[in-house]
Amino acid sequence: MLMGNNLPRILIVDDEPAIQRFLHTALDNDEFSLHQAENGHAALTATVASKPDVILLDLGLPDMDGVEVIRRIRQWSQVPIIVLSVRDREDDKVKALDAGADDYLTKPFGVGELLARIRVTLRRALQQAPEPVYRIDELEVDLARRRVLVRGEEISLTPTEYDVLRLLVTNAGKVLTHRQILKQIWGSAYLEQPHILRVNISNLRHKLEKDASRPLYIVTESGVGYRFKGQP
Amino acid sequence: MNTENDSRPSPETMLKLANAEEAGNNGLGRLQLFLGYAPGVGKTYTMLEAAHQRRRDGRDVVAAYVESHGRSETDALLVGLEVLPKAAIEYQGVRLPELDIDAVLTRKPQIALVDELAHTNVPGSRHEKRWQDIEELLAAGIDVYTTVNVQHFESLNDVVAQITGVVVRETVPDRLLDLAAEIRLVDIPPEELLQRLREGKVYIPEQAALATEKFFRAGNLIALRELSLRRAASRVDTEMRAYMETQSIPGPWPVTERLLVCASGSPFSEKLIRTTRRLADELKAEWFTVYIETPSLGAQQQENRERIWRDLRLAERLGAQVTTVTGAKVAETIIDYAVRHNVTRIVVGKPTKPRWREFLRPPIVDQLIRLSGAIQVHVVSIEPTPIKPGSQITKAKQQLPWFGFLASLTLVSATTVLATLLRPLLSPTNTAMLYLLAVVLAAVRLGLKPAILTSTLGVLAFDFFFVSPHFSFSVADSEYIFTFFGLFTVGVVISTLVAKSNERLEVVREREVQTESLYALSRDLAAAADMDAIMAAVLKNISEALNAQLAVLVPEGEQMKVTAISQELFLDMKELAVADWAFRNRQPAGQGTETLSSAALLYLPLYTTASFLGVLGVKLGQAADYRSPQNRRLLDAFVTHISLAMERVHLSLQAEQAQILQARESLERALLNSISHDLRTPLVSIIGALSSLRDENLRVSDKVRRALLSGAWDEAERLNRFVGNLLDMTRLEAGELKLQTELCDVQDLVGCSLAALDQRLNGRGVTVTLAADLPLVSMDMVLVTQVMVNLLDNALKYSPTESSLEIQAQTDENWLTIEILDRGPGIPDHDLKRVFDKFYRLPVPEGKGGGTGLGLSICRGIVEAHGGTIWAENRPGGGLRIALRLPLRREQETRNADGK
Repeated sequence: MLMGNNLPRILIVDDEPAIQRFLHTALDNDEFSLHQAENGHAALTATVASKPDVILLDLGLPDMDGVEVIRRIRQWSQVPIIVLSVRDREDDKVKALDAGADDYLTKPFGVGELLARIRVTLRRALQQAPEPVYRIDELEVDLARRRVLVRGEEISLTPTEYDVLRLLVTNAGKVLTHRQILKQIWGSAYLEQPHILRVNISNLRHKLEKDASRPLYIVTESGVGYRFKGQP
Repeated sequence: MNTENDSRPSPETMLKLANAEEAGNNGLGRLQLFLGYAPGVGKTYTMLEAAHQRRRDGRDVVAAYVESHGRSETDALLVGLEVLPKAAIEYQGVRLPELDIDAVLTRKPQIALVDELAHTNVPGSRHEKRWQDIEELLAAGIDVYTTVNVQHFESLNDVVAQITGVVVRETVPDRLLDLAAEIRLVDIPPEELLQRLREGKVYIPEQAALATEKFFRAGNLIALRELSLRRAASRVDTEMRAYMETQSIPGPWPVTERLLVCASGSPFSEKLIRTTRRLADELKAEWFTVYIETPSLGAQQQENRERIWRDLRLAERLGAQVTTVTGAKVAETIIDYAVRHNVTRIVVGKPTKPRWREFLRPPIVDQLIRLSGAIQVHVVSIEPTPIKPGSQITKAKQQLPWFGFLASLTLVSATTVLATLLRPLLSPTNTAMLYLLAVVLAAVRLGLKPAILTSTLGVLAFDFFFVSPHFSFSVADSEYIFTFFGLFTVGVVISTLVAKSNERLEVVREREVQTESLYALSRDLAAAADMDAIMAAVLKNISEALNAQLAVLVPEGEQMKVTAISQELFLDMKELAVADWAFRNRQPAGQGTETLSSAALLYLPLYTTASFLGVLGVKLGQAADYRSPQNRRLLDAFVTHISLAMERVHLSLQAEQAQILQARESLERALLNSISHDLRTPLVSIIGALSSLRDENLRVSDKVRRALLSGAWDEAERLNRFVGNLLDMTRLEAGELKLQTELCDVQDLVGCSLAALDQRLNGRGVTVTLAADLPLVSMDMVLVTQVMVNLLDNALKYSPTESSLEIQAQTDENWLTIEILDRGPGIPDHDLKRVFDKFYRLPVPEGKGGGTGLGLSICRGIVEAHGGTIWAENRPGGGLRIALRLPLRREQETRNADGK
């Protein structure tokens, strides 16, 4: 039990016994300690009681809307939340992310994918301040000096492009919704003008990526937002 | 009928009996009559007593309309009964109480008490007569208790008038007697009634006080009492006979007789019809009333038609089958009709015309007797009924032909002047010829009366001026008397002939017009393919033919909706209610009928034997026209034509729907087959693989294990894709797909699609060629990405593994075109369009998972939802090119990169 206390605690919120069983099996590897809740209210109680390090939250709960659960938790806790949702509910995903969820996974998903997401989320939560220099593959972003290098060569970005890139890089591995980015970079007045963002992303890709049609760094999460490729 | 089978009740008998017994069970209410012979015998009192009895038996009894006339005993009996409020109908500024029929229908008691069956409703009520109200209540399944005096029955009307000298205006059809499930005779001795009258216990309305004195004489009362007892007894007799018939008790009932009487509009007709009814009653016979319309009787017809109409309606009320037949010769037409309808007796009136006229034309009676053969002819002696003041026909004022007389005077003067001038040349006899010419001219041009005047004046002038002694009217030569007679006869004969032929021409012309309008209507209706066309044809043709305004109403849910209406015609709530009544009760209503006759239009139900379709509302030019047989017959013909046409369209619509339904059913069957197949197939591999991995006894090598796992994985993915597709298809078809369009980067779109297929691409080369200046395009990126994924997936599946794919995108003025090209086998030309249909599949090359047959139809659904198009074509040099075009929205096209 003593050891168990040091393991990251994962709270699994899902009303489907089959999914609960599957997640328990998949995550039962001495790496985590697992807790479960079958509905929204139990999830809120469990969040207080067991202080999880990550919450895996299904959006379709019998007693209350998953997005509402996120909102209530966010009122007093910054615990990372990964949303599990089905494919045809892009709206819900965006709402969940805007409400403060950290990431999402579309059902059905592979165990490897799930573990990767949990690890990235945990690492980011532990990380206090972003590292001053972010390196991935052939890309290097020096946040202190505002310099961006591709294969060792510095490239010039407009101030807006740099701001977008910095926001993505500091949240590497995490999905940022269009609204979140627009609000951060341009302010609330531009929330309904996502094309500004699209043009800047397009320009960034042309400058950073080898093949802009098959981007490696800035990945589009269709209908949701963008994710910067996280460090493996 | 069938004499050899007398011991067995005939089917009709059984049916009649069953009807009588089941009244009340088959949805119709039972009618109970409280029959009396005069006011004051205590009908209402007895009815209320019976009502209390029923109430104690636990039946739901309601006093719908009971008139106590302030009699305290009656009032006392009302206590304890639920009394419905009366309707107040405003008539000439006074609000008069009436039966509130809608209140009764809404309350729907088991038994409703409605006093005074023979009551005539205040104008503006739904029906003209209370018995019609009661019939409607019965039709609604409510039992009705009502009171009536014997003299109100139609067939006894004239007998009562003969006995008492009082003509009773408020009459009730005899069939209500037949309809009644039970008749309760309320009887007190006449002396007692007279005693009650003296004590003031009998209510007599003021306006009837005068008649009452004549009415309440002991002799009258005795006669009336006998009448009512006899009527009730004959009812018992009928029931007894019916019982005997069903029990096959042999008895002396007659073979079924059929009686025929003709309506002629003469003053005798009415009496003749009543007599026939009584005769028919005694003989238990069916009876017919026909009106023979002859083409030559045009003028008389005009004059008589209201009376004829009245006769026919009377006959109808008395229970006859009523028909109008057209024929040139009256007697022959009657016999012909009689033979066709197996009539056994014809009832005719005794001729009253002077004998000398028989010499000119044998009376119809004689003709009938001569032609009748096996049919008996009853000649009935009849005195003309004094025409009742109410039924007086207002004769159109004969316009005096002043012009004609003046003209004839001029004509004769002119002839005289001419004859004087020609005197030296002509002998007196030939001078007469001049006058003859004048008479002929007058007869042809001016009509009968001026012609007679002309001949008289002519004879006088001829005598005065040209026959010696001149300038005097005395005639010397008696030979000239013959000349006078000749002139006179020629004038009368010619003018009569001309008048007749004119009338005949008029009739023929009218017929012609009617036939033509019927023909035109049926031609237009035959060409009409849908309801709108039918309505247009109806409005056009009928309004032309009758110079009428029209409306056609069809039921829509609970209400009648106007589907077609003449310009300038508007139907208010009241008119709609009348139409509704006509539809529900399947009877004509409104103008010219006895139901809701205050309506502005006549409403005729449109129906065929199979279905009730709606109501035709007609507004004719003149009120009188509504009752004319010609118009009604023409309208009936129109109604039949319209009904048939409407039914035809209904049926063809139904057939079409049935076909669509069938097609859909077979599609759904195919869908179900396909789905169950596509869902099961992957599951077979998955379950199979998992079961062998789970079984610990089974030792599988690592290699086999990996193969099993990867197979199961592939199949699971395929299942996932299929379910996804199925869900998308469902959403598309349910119309639930709401586009969330945003301006999107085409390159991003391509990137996302390729990223989604990363695993399946497995290193396959994809050449992406995007035009340099691609704008942002408004689309739902998630959905269009899916289109791209489906298209690329197909391309991967159907083309050789080593070949590469191409994606191209460019824009022109209005469209973004994206093309996906492969080097697969392509599609047979005739199937290029069908590939986008649901469940169309091409055989997939070996070793690649089969398609769902949904992918391309989903693509088409999404692209079309964007207002775009998608198509497939074979590439020169082999392979398939699928292109999709999405519209560009110029105004949103902002390439402002730095909004900050």
